Amino acid sequence: MAIELKMPALSPTMEEGTLAKWLIKEGDTVSSGDIMAEIETDKATMEFEAVDEGTLAKIVVPEGAENVKVGAVIAMLAEEGEDASSIEAPSADSAPKAEEAKVEKGPESPAPEPHKVETGARQMYDAAEHDAEVADPEIPEGTEMVTMTVREALRDAMAEEMRADERVFVMGEEVAEYQGAYKVTQGLLDEFGDKRVIDTPITEYGFAGVGTGAAMGGLKPIVEFMTFNFAMQAIDHIVNSAAKTNYMSGGQMRCPIVFRGPNGAASRVAAQHSQNYGPWYASVPGLIVIAPYDAADGKGLLKAAIRSEDPVVFLENELMYGRSFEVPKLDDFVLPIGKARIMKPGKDVTLVSYSIGVGIALEAAEKLAAENIDAEVIDLRTLRPLDKATVLKSLKKTNRMVVVEEGWPTCSISSEIVAICMEEGFDDLDAPVTRVTNEDVPLPYAANLEKIAMIDSDKVVTAVKKVCYKD
Amino acid sequence: MAKAPASRRKSEPPKPNRERPDEPKRYKASEEELLDFYKQMLLIRRFEEKAGQLYGLGLIGGFCHLYIGQEAVAVGLQSALSDKDSVITGYRDHGHMLLCGIPPRDVMAELTGRAAGISKGKGGSMHMFSVEHKFYGGHGIVGAQVPLGTGLAFAHKYSNDGGITLAYFGDGAANQGQVYEAFNMAELWSLPIVFVIENNQYAMGTSVNRASSEDQLYKRGESFRIPGIQVDGMDVLAARGAAEEALQWVRDGKGPIILEMKTYRYRGHSMSDPAKYRSRDEVQSVREKSDPIEHAKRELMEMGVSEESLKDAEKEIRKTVNEAADFAESTPEPEAGELYTDVLVETY
Repeated sequence: MAIELKMPALSPTMEEGTLAKWLIKEGDTVSSGDIMAEIETDKATMEFEAVDEGTLAKIVVPEGAENVKVGAVIAMLAEEGEDASSIEAPSADSAPKAEEAKVEKGPESPAPEPHKVETGARQMYDAAEHDAEVADPEIPEGTEMVTMTVREALRDAMAEEMRADERVFVMGEEVAEYQGAYKVTQGLLDEFGDKRVIDTPITEYGFAGVGTGAAMGGLKPIVEFMTFNFAMQAIDHIVNSAAKTNYMSGGQMRCPIVFRGPNGAASRVAAQHSQNYGPWYASVPGLIVIAPYDAADGKGLLKAAIRSEDPVVFLENELMYGRSFEVPKLDDFVLPIGKARIMKPGKDVTLVSYSIGVGIALEAAEKLAAENIDAEVIDLRTLRPLDKATVLKSLKKTNRMVVVEEGWPTCSISSEIVAICMEEGFDDLDAPVTRVTNEDVPLPYAANLEKIAMIDSDKVVTAVKKVCYKD
Repeated sequence: MAKAPASRRKSEPPKPNRERPDEPKRYKASEEELLDFYKQMLLIRRFEEKAGQLYGLGLIGGFCHLYIGQEAVAVGLQSALSDKDSVITGYRDHGHMLLCGIPPRDVMAELTGRAAGISKGKGGSMHMFSVEHKFYGGHGIVGAQVPLGTGLAFAHKYSNDGGITLAYFGDGAANQGQVYEAFNMAELWSLPIVFVIENNQYAMGTSVNRASSEDQLYKRGESFRIPGIQVDGMDVLAARGAAEEALQWVRDGKGPIILEMKTYRYRGHSMSDPAKYRSRDEVQSVREKSDPIEHAKRELMEMGVSEESLKDAEKEIRKTVNEAADFAESTPEPEAGELYTDVLVETY
């Protein structure tokens, strides 16, 4: 029986990829461990190894094919004793689950729907394709827009600032030769050399301190954490050394540093790798905390962060890195720190969120629209200083608010928004401000439990109906 | 079955596989230089005694860690620095600051929490800085200054300004993990830094050999290929001699180096430490036999400096310290509005 070789998923969020190159040809024999092909995702080029022994009977997807769905048959392997020439590629009809799945036909081959596990991260990721409904007022009208991923936007922000200011450098684990664990620093080593793009040992506490000291000494470091989960080992330098320097020195010693990296839950990486540190850092006076949603904000705000004379914690999201959005084509696109953005105007209820939660809020707003509830969606963008004015102004308009946060409920940004509305917007409230957050548990590994633990748009819809007294 | 351990061979220790610094020579100071060192040590001693006094009167609050007994370390080392070099230390920082050229009154007024203090009264004893004098703190978290100092050295190298960082830490901090993370990167990147372990024998109340599996702290860089030298930290000229050797090593581009300065603090860890973990006799015996200031004084008199001129110097220093204390007591506290300034540099 011939073996179907299928397009592999190389990362938890990969749905399709490019079959860059076949390294073997029809008729070649392979054994376990042989590299058969190179497959490109937006992050990296990976090698596709043989698991079974046999003869390559037929190449179904030729090299160079783009957008090959995960799970699609890319080649057929004849087992020992089988006649390779008699093996045919499976037809669309015989593909597994072909009947119920919407088969998107690739250029050459039928592709069955990849096996999608329903997870919490998946629903976050899917919702993150939502764009803002209204243009950012910071972008001049008529500006040409280019589509790029969040990853590319962040890289461009660093590259532009490094070109403009010799004092700016990047350090962290795998930022240089490996081109970034999540490929955010791709290409920087080539352009700026190893003096300014520096691979560190795995030593978070140490290099956070070295970066902070370098900032005290007059440089402008960008310190990348592979994820903010690992920055727990370095939090002493972020809080005790960087955040307090200017105050403790009576304003004479500055610490202009950016700590950046992915924050929050990724996909199926479980408790120790899935945590939102927004509320932690946002509680610290002396820090700026930024958590952008889309690519334009990622670029404009990272540039602002690098230019700032204050220490900045810049919280990215791994699930967002590969998402594409429109970014204004401007020579120097810098966004103001501390300004929230209205992503969708509305009149019935306000949804406040940040980072990947904005996608969920926009998706919920879409569902609510179908039920004649017109939701306004606010992306906080900066968590400290928090743009209270925009939140309160919206509350004044809609009189109802739900905060959507991919993170724990206790002592959260949501708690803070609720407190602000109580203290400064009480007279505008027609219903209690409520929160839709992750469950108050360490994030579990099992797909079904992860899904239950995390926010989704249905939970937001339920909460909104409640504050609108429509349930 | 487990193998029996190989019998230990009695042989010479293996030859080092890399270059080592020379054994430092005691610095040959001129009369003028030694007199200068003497005055600097005395200034620190009198300043710290006065600070202790003001603490007792309730004019200084919180934690206050005095440098009495350790003066030769900072004076010997910092006298060898150039104005391009930077200094960073922990919370026992008053002496190092005075040596960086920060006026005693600015330091004392910070201790009393006044607006005229070097940190506008917002830092206190443990958190003082002067970018102008290249003194980068003054850090309250034990060991934090080691990676921070390594970062300063990184900035020196990056900017190619020819500066070297002197990063001080104690025998207690020498057991913090971040110290070794910093050692690793400093050697890996060949950064211009001298790590100074001020071994005053006690990490708060815990003696070195109760806390350190390797109590010869100058060896602590071995597994990072950072050489170390053990130095008599009660002798200002030995300290200066070691500084010459260490700075030359770093200036020659050979990377970081460790100086373990064997010293002793006479007072408790902080003002609130009754120091019950050691005997009065132990302290008294160090004071009598190894006091760095008395040592320098004897040597000066052997050089022919008159007792009178030493007394004049002492008088001058007392005057400076008293003036600093008077100023620190009388100058006003910060305005209430200062509470909200300097949290951030920019407005957003």
